Amino acid sequence: MFELIQANQRRSRWLLAGMFLVLLGVGFTIGALMLPTPEQALAGGIIGMGVAFMIWALQALIAWSSGDRLLMAVAGARQIQKADHPQLFNVVEEMTLAARLPAVPQVYIIEDMSLNAFATGRKPEKAAVAVTAGLLSKLNRDQLQGVIAHEIAHIANRDTEFMTFAGIMLGSIILITELFHRSIWYATRTTGSMRRYSSNRSGKDGNAALLVLLVISMVLAVLAPLLAQILYFACSRRREYLADAGGAVFTRYPEGLASALEVIAGNPGDKETTSRAMAPMYIINPLQSARSFNSLFSTHPPVDERIRILRNMSGGTAYRDYAAAWEKVSGSKAVDMPASAMAFTAAQSAVPAAQDSAAAAASSVPADQDARQRHRETAEMLRRMHHYRLITCSCGLKAKIPPQYPHAAVKCPRCGKMHRIA
Amino acid sequence: MTGTIILIAAGAVLLIFVWWMIAIFNGLVRLRNAVKNAWAQIDVQLKRRHDLIPNLVETAKGYMKHERETLESVIKARNQAAEASKNSAGASAQGALESGLSGALRNFMVVVERYPDLKADTLFSNLQEELASTENRISFARQAYNDAVMMMNNKVEMFPGNIVAGMFNFSKESFFEIEVEAERAVPEVSFS
Repeated sequence: MFELIQANQRRSRWLLAGMFLVLLGVGFTIGALMLPTPEQALAGGIIGMGVAFMIWALQALIAWSSGDRLLMAVAGARQIQKADHPQLFNVVEEMTLAARLPAVPQVYIIEDMSLNAFATGRKPEKAAVAVTAGLLSKLNRDQLQGVIAHEIAHIANRDTEFMTFAGIMLGSIILITELFHRSIWYATRTTGSMRRYSSNRSGKDGNAALLVLLVISMVLAVLAPLLAQILYFACSRRREYLADAGGAVFTRYPEGLASALEVIAGNPGDKETTSRAMAPMYIINPLQSARSFNSLFSTHPPVDERIRILRNMSGGTAYRDYAAAWEKVSGSKAVDMPASAMAFTAAQSAVPAAQDSAAAAASSVPADQDARQRHRETAEMLRRMHHYRLITCSCGLKAKIPPQYPHAAVKCPRCGKMHRIA
Repeated sequence: MTGTIILIAAGAVLLIFVWWMIAIFNGLVRLRNAVKNAWAQIDVQLKRRHDLIPNLVETAKGYMKHERETLESVIKARNQAAEASKNSAGASAQGALESGLSGALRNFMVVVERYPDLKADTLFSNLQEELASTENRISFARQAYNDAVMMMNNKVEMFPGNIVAGMFNFSKESFFEIEVEAERAVPEVSFS
């Protein structure tokens, strides 16, 4: 496990270094192209590199200091306390124990009825998980546990840290090429710039130079972000498999995550506010349809394949069993997991996983009644988050008073009794 | 001249070797501490269960007038286990009592099924979720402990860790295993 993380980190460092070089290269090329004469080109390149670095450093600084909060704000997530949703908190704490994380992650709710979840944080001591309200109302406890285990595995494997920094790098590259692209486009449109570009040479030469510039910029603008994205997404997919394996290892119950993925894939909700950069962080890609094929640009492996792998873990719940199931389902060599992870045979679980004793008693509740109960609990939690007041009338009716309610008292719609709003 | 070069080379090799040994040693210490911490976590969760049960039984009492025996057996098992942990009675004795408590709680939860009013009680259902979570936490803490032991033992047994472990007296840790038959068995449900 520990070595699994180390292998991940080594690989990440190479990838980040590679992306950083691409970033500097893009900066240099653009800087060199911006200045007309060869003598100035070197200086221009260095300036371009400097600017690229500054852009990256600024973004990295922001991410370092307040990245989590920013991300949560972008996703529209709000932090909740244990009293808001005890079950979710319990599940997170249970998985923290199973994964032996140093601290319990913060818990956030996204007020959206689509089904998704993600984790973030630059180190395991200071991480956070976010789930949508839809997820809470649709999944049962075992399924929720599977999803949270997957997210906790992302934190334990340091995927969240890596994805944050790789995301910044990718963002910077895209931003810089985009800026350059626009400036060239602008230069060709305004004669003033034309004159500036061709001031040192004859007009014909200048035009040719501008044309070359345009072509190079086009190629650059298309190629660099593409390359960076392919690298980024390849890493993202590999990490999804690993997190699935981790989820199975932590819960010792792959079916929980498998059935959760099934439910999630069967409930395609559209989330308008999801940005492309955030897509790799979710448990399934919110921007793709569930059954899309595995392409170079997918952030996640296809969901049905992930489900089939989890369901094929017949031998046990260790990383080795996941790798075996992976081979069986995909027909090719397993995702390369370090030997130490494979040697890790997942010591026999003391009690056969999550659903035992007390929890088993609750399972005799009819499924639809259970679902209704969950739905009500989620709705209640959302109301509490928005400071609704709950008044229970003596006739048994529960009135939910919105915070904007202007009057000091309310009449019970069933029995007519007046209630003062304290 | 060649003598000095050989000497420097030998010194460098020795230095690398020592550095490597230190790294392995530190790794072993880290693993041993992880095992200790994981064991402490189990105790924390057991304590949590002891603290939770009085509230649970108190809430259930009002609804379960005819189940004095069940409630008393839960309380009794809880008190014994809590007493044992306070006196640090040793892992195996403690383990047996905790297993007894788990059995009593399972019986209790089966009985609860017969009281729909009790199950509808918000306070009780909150406590029930807490209890379910605590049971989960105990098993996850034990699982995490066993994972930690597994990693420690792998390192202690495998080359090159076994050499360093032998030099500095790192020994294999023992897994947590359920010793009591009652815990392994499926709970008996009687509808008398």
